[in-house]
Amino acid sequence: MSGAADRPLTTDESDAMPLIFEKSRAGRRGLAIPNPGLPVPAVPAHLARKSAPRLPELAEPEVVRHFTKLSTRNFGIDSGFYPLGSCTMKYNPRVNERLVGLPGFRDIHPLAEDESVQGALELEWNLQEILRAVTGLDAVSLQPAAGSQGELTGLLVMKAYFESKGEGAQRRKIVIPDTAHGTNPASVAMTGFELTPVKTDARGNIDIEDLRGKVDENTAGLMLTNPSTLGLFDENISEIREIFRAVGALMYYDGANLNAVVGISRPGDMGFDVVHINLHKTFSQPHGGGGPGGGPIAVRDILEPFLPAPTVVRDGEAFRLEHDRPQSIGRVRGYSGPFGVFVRSYAFMRAWGPALREMSEVAVLNANYMRVRLQGAYDLPYDRLCMHEFVLSARNLKKEYGITATDVAKRLMDFGYHPPTVYFPLVVPEALMIEPTESEAKETLDAFCDVMLEIAREAADDPEVLKTAPHFRPVTRLDEVRAAKEPIVRFGFGS
Amino acid sequence: MAAAESYPDDLLYNEEHDWARIEGDEALLGITWHAADALGELVHYEPPAVGATISKDESYGEIESVKAVSDLISPLSGEVLEVNDIVVGTPETVNLDPYGNGWLVRIRLSDPSEKDVLLDLADYRKVLDEQ
Repeated sequence: MSGAADRPLTTDESDAMPLIFEKSRAGRRGLAIPNPGLPVPAVPAHLARKSAPRLPELAEPEVVRHFTKLSTRNFGIDSGFYPLGSCTMKYNPRVNERLVGLPGFRDIHPLAEDESVQGALELEWNLQEILRAVTGLDAVSLQPAAGSQGELTGLLVMKAYFESKGEGAQRRKIVIPDTAHGTNPASVAMTGFELTPVKTDARGNIDIEDLRGKVDENTAGLMLTNPSTLGLFDENISEIREIFRAVGALMYYDGANLNAVVGISRPGDMGFDVVHINLHKTFSQPHGGGGPGGGPIAVRDILEPFLPAPTVVRDGEAFRLEHDRPQSIGRVRGYSGPFGVFVRSYAFMRAWGPALREMSEVAVLNANYMRVRLQGAYDLPYDRLCMHEFVLSARNLKKEYGITATDVAKRLMDFGYHPPTVYFPLVVPEALMIEPTESEAKETLDAFCDVMLEIAREAADDPEVLKTAPHFRPVTRLDEVRAAKEPIVRFGFGS
Repeated sequence: MAAAESYPDDLLYNEEHDWARIEGDEALLGITWHAADALGELVHYEPPAVGATISKDESYGEIESVKAVSDLISPLSGEVLEVNDIVVGTPETVNLDPYGNGWLVRIRLSDPSEKDVLLDLADYRKVLDEQ
């Protein structure tokens, strides 16, 4: 869409949707089932409800129309460009859904005997092998169901490793740069390690001098996203590896940004000992609604004994789940992990085949193309070749016209785009973090850039249009502060 | 309404945009207008416990806006004597009055000489110019 500024600046009030509870009329029913005449089972008095549940009462077509209309309010990668930095919102090929729906995958039970599900186990084994090749490491656990769970699992494995060496009490500290995803410090705290923050230097790398003063024999390891959340590959990764190797500490690779380097460089070669892979980001999987995800970890051989059980092993031509791992940290999820995610990601990998490297190359090319088109109109705090994403700052617009990253993001919605990630990473004021992925055509990138440039012009010519945006969405600017302070998370029934 | 931009010249600052107002062997700590403005309206203040020991350059609590949760980095070391309950109840007080009613903790200094390495207004303005 374009030319949004030519349209009237009011929201059509008829667009506001009542809640399904507000549509409820007492006594209305969607379905009337004939009384079967069966005896009513006796419910113990202490278990019986005192009053009927307060459910909405509507006819079936009203319910269908309500949810159908709601579904048209959804925005996903299937409806438009979704450059949400750090989230890798790539297109999810439809063929993946056909394959995961095959009866041999769909209709099997996780407790089935290994002999009866050889195809499913072979797929898991093949997936493990591809992840070993991509990461350059030795062993894989498919169990973790999200990047954050991969982090926790990886840190627990590192802890178990040091405990097995009698260094559990000594190795207390995990080093994390100030650009990290918030899940990193959270995982450190949950595992019982202590957090050692390290600064970012003027080029967007880890500040090596700051790092040197913070790594010693009490350090258990580093957690690093590389490329970082600034979309920059750390130029000193070899030096960083030597610093940690010298004190016997381990290195954890947050695979959130793996989409930049698949087939080009391997975390194992960079010196990392544990990697989590966000299958749902790098290897496609619908994940805009919070799941399901897949966060397998790959580890160096010294850590393999501590991986969660079971893992899939191959005996000649047969595959089986291996449960016998006496030093394992235990299960982190039921069965062998989120199987539907495995099928989709495996299908995605096989569709690329040996050309998988092109996926990352195009993702990096797309990001750099957009960076160059936009860097005049918006500040670019770290002016370097970027990887699969880049971080702009609206601080120039804020300083000159009072326009914030929020205003830019809200205005983008008027043009039919999902906004980029804003106000992250925290080291960049008024951050706008843009990740196009490899899925998008040049025309899409250009159309989005045109709108971003138009918004920058609007900031100078008509800042009020930005401050009150969005104008053409079902709701306008929401009171985010009040929503955070006084959240209403259930219907009040008129109270 | 948020306060207008200002930085009093009787305060000491650190690079993390925290300020200290030293009164004898005690000090009030808070965050600067710049920090409050960058975060936007605060929605939560997680204070330290009264009696807790806090250390220079380490986190002594958290503040939260709809954009981010931020650590409060103490410019000085000492024992927490008092927490500002006004900010606990209405965190936006910091946006309205960052150097007055928006103070965060009062501490008894354990090493008053630490103030010598803090920034005066002129030095803090240099930090702001680099932002």
